[in-house]
Amino acid sequence: MEDIKTTFAAGDYKNEQTPRWCPGCGDHAILNVLHKAMAEIGVAPKDTVVISGIGCSSRLPYYMNTYGMHTIHGRAAAIATGVKTSRPELTVWQISGDGDGLAIGGNHFIHALRRNIDINILLFNNRIYGLTKGQYSPTSARGTISKSSPYGTTEDPFIPAELCFGARGNFFARGFDISLDTTKEIMVAAARHRGASVVEVLQNCVIFNNGVYSFMSDKEKRDEHTIHLRHGEKMLFGKDLEMGLVQEGFGLKAVKVGEDGYTLDDVLTHDAHCRDYVLHQQLAMMDGLTLPMAIGVIRDVEASSYESDVAAQVEEVKGRKNYGGLRDMILKTTESWVVE
Amino acid sequence: MLPTTNVKTLERVVIRFSGDSGDGMQLAGNIFSNVSAGEGNLISTFPDYPAEIRAPQGSLGGVSGYQVSVGKGVHTPGDEADVLVAMNPAALKTNLRYLKKGGVIVCDGDSFTAANLRKAEYKTDDPVTELGIDPNRIMLVPMATLLKNTLADSGMDSKGIMKCKNMLALGLICWLFDLPVEKVIARIEKKFAKKPAIAEANAKVIRAGWDYGHNTHSSMSTYRIESDEAKPGTYVDVNGNTATAWGLIMASEKSGRPLFLGSYPITPATDILHELAKRKDLGVKACQMEDEIAGVCSAIGASYAGHMAVTTTSGPGLALKSEGIGLAVMAELPLVVIDVQRGGPSTGLPTKTEQTDLMQALYGRNGESPLCVVAAASPTDCFHMAFEAARIAMEHMTPVILLTDAFIANGSSAWRVPEESEYPEIHPHALTTDRLAGGWRPFDRDAETFARFWAAPGMEGAMHRVGGLEKDFNTSVISNDGKNHERMVQTRREKVARIANDIPALEVVGDKNAKTVLVGWGGTYGHLLTACNELNADGHPVALAHFRYINPLPANALEVLRGYDNIIVAELNTGMFADYLQMHLPGKEVKRINKIEGQPFMVKEIVEGVINHTK
Repeated sequence: MEDIKTTFAAGDYKNEQTPRWCPGCGDHAILNVLHKAMAEIGVAPKDTVVISGIGCSSRLPYYMNTYGMHTIHGRAAAIATGVKTSRPELTVWQISGDGDGLAIGGNHFIHALRRNIDINILLFNNRIYGLTKGQYSPTSARGTISKSSPYGTTEDPFIPAELCFGARGNFFARGFDISLDTTKEIMVAAARHRGASVVEVLQNCVIFNNGVYSFMSDKEKRDEHTIHLRHGEKMLFGKDLEMGLVQEGFGLKAVKVGEDGYTLDDVLTHDAHCRDYVLHQQLAMMDGLTLPMAIGVIRDVEASSYESDVAAQVEEVKGRKNYGGLRDMILKTTESWVVE
Repeated sequence: MLPTTNVKTLERVVIRFSGDSGDGMQLAGNIFSNVSAGEGNLISTFPDYPAEIRAPQGSLGGVSGYQVSVGKGVHTPGDEADVLVAMNPAALKTNLRYLKKGGVIVCDGDSFTAANLRKAEYKTDDPVTELGIDPNRIMLVPMATLLKNTLADSGMDSKGIMKCKNMLALGLICWLFDLPVEKVIARIEKKFAKKPAIAEANAKVIRAGWDYGHNTHSSMSTYRIESDEAKPGTYVDVNGNTATAWGLIMASEKSGRPLFLGSYPITPATDILHELAKRKDLGVKACQMEDEIAGVCSAIGASYAGHMAVTTTSGPGLALKSEGIGLAVMAELPLVVIDVQRGGPSTGLPTKTEQTDLMQALYGRNGESPLCVVAAASPTDCFHMAFEAARIAMEHMTPVILLTDAFIANGSSAWRVPEESEYPEIHPHALTTDRLAGGWRPFDRDAETFARFWAAPGMEGAMHRVGGLEKDFNTSVISNDGKNHERMVQTRREKVARIANDIPALEVVGDKNAKTVLVGWGGTYGHLLTACNELNADGHPVALAHFRYINPLPANALEVLRGYDNIIVAELNTGMFADYLQMHLPGKEVKRINKIEGQPFMVKEIVEGVINHTK
């Protein structure tokens, strides 16, 4: 008998196709991280399905040695829902960009979260439309100048986390295309979470939106402008973790530990498992300017998932009714008469 | 049973029950048709209901109707009613036009109050004279009074008593048609088994209706309906939407592939979702999604995952699903799309029937996007064609659109429940492990059918990606090459064309020597067959060619049609199938009979149309 492989390396998830993203695009790095994360998760390539919509990032399934589908614009969540509901034993990933997931696919995004279908949504957020060559997206900041907004946008963006919590999502994490260890860590956490998980990966588009995150992602600014949250740990940041987040009034405040009377005890401890999402939302809304951008798993709350509830209900009523098949069901539930 | 003196025998009768939406007319009609069917009659029923759920009581807009035809050779619910049951002045006014000349009216005389007459917009206080009704043809039954007297000591309140009005009418109709009242009561007792008080009250009222007819109208003729010889077996009364759901379940059982439905509520297709949601008890996963697009897309996901995948909708929903269906065409995944056609365009006439989605089904997608289109001919044929749609989808790896319509979806007929052995096994075109050794690629094809192989996740060694981008014919990798694209377009087209080798030949009925062929498709079958029979009986030789397979057409279809001097296509649109056939029959004139009124054909309209075209 052939050995059944139970442990996998990153290379097992990668196929021979050469990625066709622009040189320097953050997608290359995210793809490599995903291969590594999948190896760590340990679900076999044959039991893994990667579903994408349309956009630069949605090319990703072509570079996977798993089952996969590159679908149509905005619909990845709905298609992934069909895969997972019909075959709950499969591990299903959805790859979407900010346009695919939040503009044309916004409806499916919120309903996948509300329904809590156990799929892992990787949301590549570069705040721009790349494949159509540079229009603003639903996550572009107000005033963004692009080809379709030459005088600046006159609309406010979605904050994906806020949308996620509003749709009653139970898992939200955020990573950077340049901080690979963190991104791998949150991908693994997302896969292990039962129910819909959103992993927002902030990603640079070298062609149309170069440097959109450099105010916080540049090496010299990163420590000061980002904070890595871990469940059960103090919310500290800064080069020497000298800064902390404390609650003040209805909001959050960054303080220097040991100054102005603030001690380590005053600094908040992260609780990703808290059912109430109010503080998760405040953390996720920090924009990297006045308060540091939160990275890591912000929310991770257990709840029953759609596909397992559907499967359980089907089994329950099947067992209760115990029909022998279609004909038996018809004869037992419908008024019938016999013609001799 | 009391003897009746003046009994006429009829081959078939048509009864139209009409009243407020809440009057329970459908239940009364349903029991009547089922008891008749139990006596060996063929039955055909059709509900005609307003788009508003509860229009104001007594208003013209709030009237709903339920037409029943029973007897021999019944293929339609009938053009016009022999008997009209009208529960209020509004129903009388709006339904009188459906009554045959010389037909009988049964009406609730107590409902002719000043308020009701005003709501129904009468100009005088005498509706009978105002509408020009022969007083000898109308039974003005004091229903409210009779009910109050019958149920005086039942302990029911007056609202509850009035709810039994439909059963009083049913009792009267049973008397009129000499139907065994005990069998009707037995059905009522079964239906209200858990509410014996209601069953008892209804039984009393049915007898009261029967007695009233017998005692006060003994001079009026009653009828005995002739019965047909039905094929032995167990029968149920089924409407097209339920039959569609059951046909899908049969296909799932016969293919061994679990049934997944992704759907979104839309009139008049929602009842398929309702039935399949109930059938979780048979293992069906029926999911109500967030919109029409998610309905088709979740089904596409389930199909990729190896399930028998279905989405159900009506015209506006089909429009929303177009892009998704195109993906299934490109990814070459099996998918059943059911379109219960209604009046369009846009929201149109949501509760009315039409055959106007044919072109949308055939061509309503971007790019060269061929797929299989089939249509069901009658309520019970929905079962067979739903099975066929699923069989073709899984054996030929293509989306299939099944067109039904509001008329057959809501209409019902007696249906013999098939034995499991009567339906063939379905063999999905699945990838087998022996093919993997030779370096399988996802767009490798069967040499005969051109169907690619269906490989579901979980299978070791068959990991593959599909999608909306064009693939290379040889390597299955994405390709922008022009020559390759043309080859793939032709291949997908040919794959659908070759389904013609796997569907039944077109059969023609009627006069074998006729020079004229009446042509139809889908839900008009009953009307066309009846018209064909009437024409032949009246000395107008005509044949009938009715299509259920639209794309591809049956292999012999064009040759058969070319054999006639006169080709007349009758359909409920401006001539879509006629245009489609004309395209395939250059040099031959395709004549037309069309109707776009949201209502089914009347047999006489087809008869007249054929006579006019053959003068």
